[in-house]
Amino acid sequence: MIGLPAYLVLGALVFSIGLFGVLTRRNAVGILLGIELMLNAVNINLVAFARFNGDVAGLVFTLFTISITVAEVAVGLAIVIAIFRVRRTVEADRLDLLRG
Amino acid sequence: MTLETVGFWVVATVLLASSLAVVLTPNLFHAVLYLAAALVATGVVFLLLEQPFLFAVQLLLYAGGVVTIVVFAIMLTERLVGERITQTSRHLVNGAVVSAAVFVGVVGFLVQAPLGAPRPAQTVDTTVAIGRALVGPFAVTLELLGALLVVALLGALYFARSEE
Repeated sequence: MIGLPAYLVLGALVFSIGLFGVLTRRNAVGILLGIELMLNAVNINLVAFARFNGDVAGLVFTLFTISITVAEVAVGLAIVIAIFRVRRTVEADRLDLLRG
Repeated sequence: MTLETVGFWVVATVLLASSLAVVLTPNLFHAVLYLAAALVATGVVFLLLEQPFLFAVQLLLYAGGVVTIVVFAIMLTERLVGERITQTSRHLVNGAVVSAAVFVGVVGFLVQAPLGAPRPAQTVDTTVAIGRALVGPFAVTLELLGALLVVALLGALYFARSEE
């Protein structure tokens, strides 16, 4: 029988991998993929806690985070495309318009 | 070894391997495909936790919707073939150190937390329970979510509009 800690450690591992991606990727789309992994890890934690505590609220919140993530991806990628139109690049290091 | 135990380790291996591939592969398009694999593996984790409805939502919204949108964005911002799609990473050591520190911190917290309780038997149909909760105690949140989706849609349209 797999206990709750195994699921939580799995979630923590996926979260760390996603964080690594966010920190190291240069491409803005690659950074978004890392954020996706991190949010996914949160969902694993939510569902695992909900299942082991017998509470439906965690499942409902998982639904909400999934929906919000989809909205976030749509807006984020629209921003990426808008940036690409203006700057002809999506390299995060070169997007320094706000640097003084 | 029960079926659940075997399934968990198989799915965990697939999930971690594809997650690592997402952040390490130089080809951005491949990274999206690995992300799809990771999202499906997460859905199977939901299935292992006896949540078939969330598995379906995960497949439909994440593995279906998100991956499609990301592939579109890549095709719009990069040429699909050729070396422009390769992406480099920077600060690999720093990123690894910070990620490992976060992981150690979380696990250190988990070790102290009293989490040994065994898994209770699932008595109610969670799909029904989720539906009731959505129109019961979470009805306002559901409405706000609908508003958020409309705003996000309008925002995406605004950003992606043509220039005239």
